[in-house]
Amino acid sequence: MTATPGESRPGPALLEVREVTKSFGAVAAVQGVSFPLYAGEAHALVGENGAGKSTIVKMLAGVHRPDTGALAVHGTEVEFTGPGDAKAAGIAVIYQEPTLFPDLSVAENIAMGNQPLTRLRQIDRRAMHDNAARLFTRLGVHIDPDRPARGLSIADQQLVEIAKALSSEARVLIMDEPTAALSGVEVDRLFAVTRALRDEGAAIMFISHRFEEITALCQRVTIMRDGRHVCTELVADLSVDDMIRRMVGRDLSTLFPKQDTEIGETVLEVEGLGREGVFRDISFSVRAGEIVALAGLVGAGRSEVMQAVFGVDRYDTGSVRFLGKPLKPGSPRAAMAAGMALVPEDRRQQGLIMELSVERNVTLPRSRALARLGLLFGAAERREATSWTGQLQTKLGRLSDPVGTLSGGNQQKVVLAKWLATDPKLLIVDEPTRGIDVGTKAEVHRLMSALAARGLAVVMVSSELPEVLGMADRIIVLREGHVAARLTRAEATEESVMYAAMGQQVTT
Amino acid sequence: MTAAVAAPRRIFSGLVKVRELGIILALVVLVGYTAASNPRFLSGQSIRDILLNTAILAVMAAGQAVVVITRNIDLSVGSVLSLSAFTVATLMSDNPGLPMVAAIAVGLVVGGAAGLLNGVLVRYGRVPALVVTLGTLYMFRGITYSWAGGQQVNADELPRHFLTFANDSILGVPWLVLIALVVVGGVSLLMRNYRMGRELYAMGSSPQAAELAGIKVARNLLGAFILSGALAGLAGVLFAARFGTVDAAAGTGLELNVVAAVVVGGVAVFGGSGTVWGAGLGALLLTVIGSALTVLDINQFWQQAIVGALIILAICADRLVAVRIARSLRKKDSHV
Repeated sequence: MTATPGESRPGPALLEVREVTKSFGAVAAVQGVSFPLYAGEAHALVGENGAGKSTIVKMLAGVHRPDTGALAVHGTEVEFTGPGDAKAAGIAVIYQEPTLFPDLSVAENIAMGNQPLTRLRQIDRRAMHDNAARLFTRLGVHIDPDRPARGLSIADQQLVEIAKALSSEARVLIMDEPTAALSGVEVDRLFAVTRALRDEGAAIMFISHRFEEITALCQRVTIMRDGRHVCTELVADLSVDDMIRRMVGRDLSTLFPKQDTEIGETVLEVEGLGREGVFRDISFSVRAGEIVALAGLVGAGRSEVMQAVFGVDRYDTGSVRFLGKPLKPGSPRAAMAAGMALVPEDRRQQGLIMELSVERNVTLPRSRALARLGLLFGAAERREATSWTGQLQTKLGRLSDPVGTLSGGNQQKVVLAKWLATDPKLLIVDEPTRGIDVGTKAEVHRLMSALAARGLAVVMVSSELPEVLGMADRIIVLREGHVAARLTRAEATEESVMYAAMGQQVTT
Repeated sequence: MTAAVAAPRRIFSGLVKVRELGIILALVVLVGYTAASNPRFLSGQSIRDILLNTAILAVMAAGQAVVVITRNIDLSVGSVLSLSAFTVATLMSDNPGLPMVAAIAVGLVVGGAAGLLNGVLVRYGRVPALVVTLGTLYMFRGITYSWAGGQQVNADELPRHFLTFANDSILGVPWLVLIALVVVGGVSLLMRNYRMGRELYAMGSSPQAAELAGIKVARNLLGAFILSGALAGLAGVLFAARFGTVDAAAGTGLELNVVAAVVVGGVAVFGGSGTVWGAGLGALLLTVIGSALTVLDINQFWQQAIVGALIILAICADRLVAVRIARSLRKKDSHV
């Protein structure tokens, strides 16, 4: 099934991750993770969204420094003070988003940092061109070394990145979801190149959400969950089922209490909604008192669907009915007037005005209603804000403090307060607990549950499986822009949601 | 296959050169038209004047071009020029025995120190260059004013060899012009053929990618600002030698001419592309426009309007070239 190299006993590790830990503020992104990368072996790193894979990549690239633990190259512990050090240690990183210099030629992009020099320490342009041409021949691709990098397709940009890694004679190649934006043919070509490199003795770390790619390319796999190391095994010893189970398997605590509520009339009906190249044929309905979760991987089109429903984005086909009446497409104002509220994913950019005070933020959507003769009085704002922040148990100093001074969880409560103040019939929340500590998370969940109990219809977009399973009455799983599965609360398990999200058949 | 690859390559090099060729074309047309209506425009004295007037602007434009290529800007150069000019003029009037080389060295050091301050504030203060250098523009000017206290250094206080330097020539080329040529040529070479130069282009082209590529961004950025400052300091020495009279207001507003020369010369305001010698040509073009308008007896006020139009034209041309390149690349990709 898998290629032979690596299944025999490997030599010493080219690169070793030893018990690394990294926290950002109060959030521990990676906790005590260890794994080795062997020469001539492709090593998959898998985990759910937010499992800490990208943090590991950034540590290997020298962008982040581990708080504790270390990296060891050829058995010697090293400390990278910047990306230059990682590069010098023979580590090349291919990011999901290529990082080329658009104004410079392809040959220069490849040579940047170790350009061939003439005797006068000038750059030898001919040698640089020939070097790039030679690398492209070796990779079997036709890219003109003299053209600027601007305008290259994503696939070609990734090939240039690989050529860059080859030219720096990197021994360790880290590929962070390199196939996400590639077509089938391009993936095949990338894999052919990667296999050749692996067989020449490079160590490859490969991150992907597609299991068929992992079984096709990798010998060893490390599974991460919630920033922790789950296991490192030979790919041949694990079935896809095993991998998925280990990715998601965790204690379902009682952190997410959705109270049983009386389900009322239908609030939102979405029929055959589609947008060229983003999502297609999306139908679902939400009733009062119900929490419906949209699950799926990042990029499956969940947020896009809800933004189209709310009118922030357009849609090409289908219809949206709200409380039995058709909703004007492409108009957030109409959606708000009808009684919809959207709490966006990125609260810092889209949900709050960080410099304004808490009270201003809370009353912003209601400023017209609160105004007397067109003038807004502080007292009216304060009264309103006091009431809502009290109900949501928001921890804050003074209402006049800028909202940016609050913690992430309390900021999220302010966003919720802001929209609840408009007395909506339907609340759309996109990643309601991203970047929030566990305690506040539970409070946000309790709040959402209480709102549903009061007869509010809730649509929740979430990447966190426990949250989805704990909170939702029904789960709609999206995959690559279409509905992959509809699950009731009773049917839903971590495995069934992940299977649907990743497009695997349920084999049990 | 080879033909399909070679054809677009010719298109790129053609398009990339369009900027500098455009300036040369504009120069030829302008000089031709002016000379046709007044042949004295091409007399030795007239050409000499134009080149002498270009020299100081071109030296500053070379440094500015480097900073702009890194996606930054240095607005303090006019004030650095006056600080350096006043320092050197005071020094020379107090110590008439000092050789010219010492004067130049002092100018470079004063300017370099000012540039270092700009660079440190931009890099370590994390303040945009526009804001930092706008601040230091006033700061350096203020230092010069409070030092000069309303006084000026006059030509009769300066040693003879200092004043004649501006007009002395070697093989018929005035020293001033020679220095400008060496500076523009040298910096062009640095930016084109040396690692540091290419890294500066890379930093302007994509700052994030430059960090990830392990480029020594801090060192290079300080280098760019020090270079721009030092060349403004050098320009201050040349200014003092050429005009003889130096007061604290010397070079007021010059920074905008310098930025104009750089932009007209084809350096993209968002960094990453353009050439230093293009900026030098931009300086020449601006000076020629000024002289031509005098010769053609057109109101000097028109000069500013024309320079303004040229800047807008240069930026539009940038966009046009970028769009054309993108289109020709797309066409090429669809063939493959």
